[in-house]
Amino acid sequence: MARMFVLFITLVVAGFLEPAFAIDPLPFKDRAEELRFQALAKQLRCLQCQNESLEDSNAPLAADLRRDVFEQMQAGKSDEEIKRWLTARYSDFVLYDPPLHGGTWLLWFGPLLVLLAGAGAVFVTVRRRGKAAGTSTQTTARPASDVEDDW
Amino acid sequence: MNARLLPLAGFALVLALLGFGTWWSQYHDLREVPSPLIGKPAPAFSLPTLDDPERHVTNVDLAGEPYLLNVFASWCFACREEHAILMTDGKQLGIRLVGFNYKDAPADAKRWLAQFGNPYDLIIADLPGDVAIDFGVTGAPESFLIDAQGVVRYKYISPITPEVIATQLLPRIAAMKKAAK
Repeated sequence: MARMFVLFITLVVAGFLEPAFAIDPLPFKDRAEELRFQALAKQLRCLQCQNESLEDSNAPLAADLRRDVFEQMQAGKSDEEIKRWLTARYSDFVLYDPPLHGGTWLLWFGPLLVLLAGAGAVFVTVRRRGKAAGTSTQTTARPASDVEDDW
Repeated sequence: MNARLLPLAGFALVLALLGFGTWWSQYHDLREVPSPLIGKPAPAFSLPTLDDPERHVTNVDLAGEPYLLNVFASWCFACREEHAILMTDGKQLGIRLVGFNYKDAPADAKRWLAQFGNPYDLIIADLPGDVAIDFGVTGAPESFLIDAQGVVRYKYISPITPEVIATQLLPRIAAMKKAAK
């Protein structure tokens, strides 16, 4: 039983150790270039199976795009230039991090607006309750400091 | 406004947002990638024809008359469904139908066409898939409507249906022909 358990653990660990890039090994000249490539590929969406990044995807199109990204990197293009090259073909959709422009401001600042609206609502509620408590302390006979913790 | 109604109003807002999202996604495919190529010249290419790998066709060769560039492959299951429609209704378009054989072994593509028929006026083959990337192809089937000046006018992702021909393609083709006169 213990032996089975050890075997099981070994297999599970081995599964995690397998490098993701066993799919199509690219001839990187050094580790730094490989890391740069992986960081860039993580920010790009696979167009064929859209919930995977270019780094993870096994789709043929993703392999083609990885090869293109790699070749452009070899040609000395910057990450920005490579992203521009991709968005000219596949639109902003290819980027997991959408750029800030007219169509995306709500996406970027929407959460902040919701947060501000929430803060406003809390502020108004607290003030009203404070006022209401101020006028009714005589009748309820509660200590004023307790009022705000009430809800 | 009564402050006690605030949470209810907030909830109603979230509910409305959920309702809108549900309604909106009925009419929009979230996986559909908008093409940045619309209104721009089709990318330059030079590809061999499927029948004769020695003969190359370029985007300049195809200009002069509008055409529908239809991305297909023998490995693409949805293409069979579309292929039947192109066989019966393809001529209705009144423009050239150019097949774009995408990442397909030529022998497989030829067998597929022999089996299901060939609705194309010309077939170009992109085995490595490089030109497809220039066109922003995400898979097959996809179709590009390209005008006489070589400008991409419309892109359709998914199999073409008689409804798509009637509501999307024919009005655009008519407009293109009118503009050319």
